[in-house]
Amino acid sequence: MNKTRLYDKHVALGGRMIEFAGWMLPVQYPAGPIAEHHAVRTAAGLFDIDHMGQFMVHGPDALPFLQRVMTWDVTTLKPDDAHYSLMCYEDGTVVDDVFIYRRDDDYMVVVNAANRKKDLRWMAQQAREFDVQVSDVSDETYMLALQGPKAEAILQRLTDVDLSQMPRFTAKAGRVAGVFTLIGRTGYTGEDGFELFFNADEAERMWDAILEAGKDDGLLPCGLAARDSLRFEACFPLYGHEIHAEIDPISARLGYFVRTEKGPFIGRDALLKIRLEGPKQKLVGLEMLDKGVPRQGYPVLVNGEARGHVTTGMKSPTLNKFLALAYVPTEFSKIGTEVEILIHGKPKKAVVVKTPFYVPVYRR
Amino acid sequence: MSDYVFMDDRRYARSHEWAKVEGDIATVGISDYAQHALSDVVYVELPEVGQEVSKGDAVAVVESVKAAEDVYAPLSGEIVEINEELPDNPEWVNEDPYGKAWFFKIKMSNPAEYDDLLDVEAYKKVVEEEEH
Repeated sequence: MNKTRLYDKHVALGGRMIEFAGWMLPVQYPAGPIAEHHAVRTAAGLFDIDHMGQFMVHGPDALPFLQRVMTWDVTTLKPDDAHYSLMCYEDGTVVDDVFIYRRDDDYMVVVNAANRKKDLRWMAQQAREFDVQVSDVSDETYMLALQGPKAEAILQRLTDVDLSQMPRFTAKAGRVAGVFTLIGRTGYTGEDGFELFFNADEAERMWDAILEAGKDDGLLPCGLAARDSLRFEACFPLYGHEIHAEIDPISARLGYFVRTEKGPFIGRDALLKIRLEGPKQKLVGLEMLDKGVPRQGYPVLVNGEARGHVTTGMKSPTLNKFLALAYVPTEFSKIGTEVEILIHGKPKKAVVVKTPFYVPVYRR
Repeated sequence: MSDYVFMDDRRYARSHEWAKVEGDIATVGISDYAQHALSDVVYVELPEVGQEVSKGDAVAVVESVKAAEDVYAPLSGEIVEINEELPDNPEWVNEDPYGKAWFFKIKMSNPAEYDDLLDVEAYKKVVEEEEH
């Protein structure tokens, strides 16, 4: 089991440590997951996300290589840009979902912890035809996320980089609390915020400096539970739940990130076909009409028959409703369609609703 | 041991329910340790009034942000009252597990079962063991 360099800090703060993707991480601190969730929506939260992997893609063919493995059109990234993308297999199913940061002519790709080895193997295989190196720099790179409406004010106290001049989905290098850092205006919460990449040896120093800088602003350290409920409300997919190696991004309603018009890439033919024929199932948002907590794996019933399943479900802390993301056959995916979710053996009524449940602030 | 609250005016089941008896009626809830282990409670499902239950039956559900747990009847008998306000105020389980957040009342059919439950000292030991 891996421990991040902040393990002792989390324990000292009262963090409840659990195993996640091979890492011991706090699922919550004493404030509790709901308070942590609200802190991010109304003030700020700090997350240890060092379990995430980072790869550097370097070499003359870096761009053509990424165009080949990514569904997003990577040529649209200007030097300081960052963008969400998927990597797919030839059959259109998902290898992983990633964030790409362009740094001059190099690129950093941030991958899910659980997929790190698989992704590296996959990318290295595809890289053979290109003059490019893909190197895993996760061990020496630390990653923290500072998220929430007060994130900019808090971080500005620690850096000379003018954060007010940084648009969403860009990155800038500079010093934060004296530590050389790549500051990305990115995140996974549906709020404004930053993701910070820096030398892993500085993890404790950076963590303490940020918590101190935000102590009068309601900044809370946040655990995995809040990270999950925040991303869920914004309907950001989580690998292993909404997307995985048996589902394609069109069915997952991530078609926007599949740029079939950009030219050849791995999975394009299969994805074009799904796009033209229409997916057989679709990811939808469900709101419970009966009371009950829908959870991953619970069957979705249409006319009493199991026709789909929940990928993530919970009581939404911001909206105070029982909500779920679920796959259902396309013909039952229209907003307003009534279905049932089998909860503890009992069918409970739910209705297809608009997503995202919570519209990210920077998109309003 | 950590700062869990234990009450010595009631008895406990190994599965972390408490029961407090007045006459032949036992009021049932879950312990402070249990609510702490669950973390933020978001949903409570209660049995029906009139339901006959046997000691050890799963009769209620309590769900937190991360987990769903059954609540077992610590005693046999008939459910004579449920805490109607609790499903609308699940956070009471975290705030006041021994008071406002009682789950249901059982009219005991076999009051001797109460003596088989753990007294507060024995229950503290159970919690201590689970903690380690």
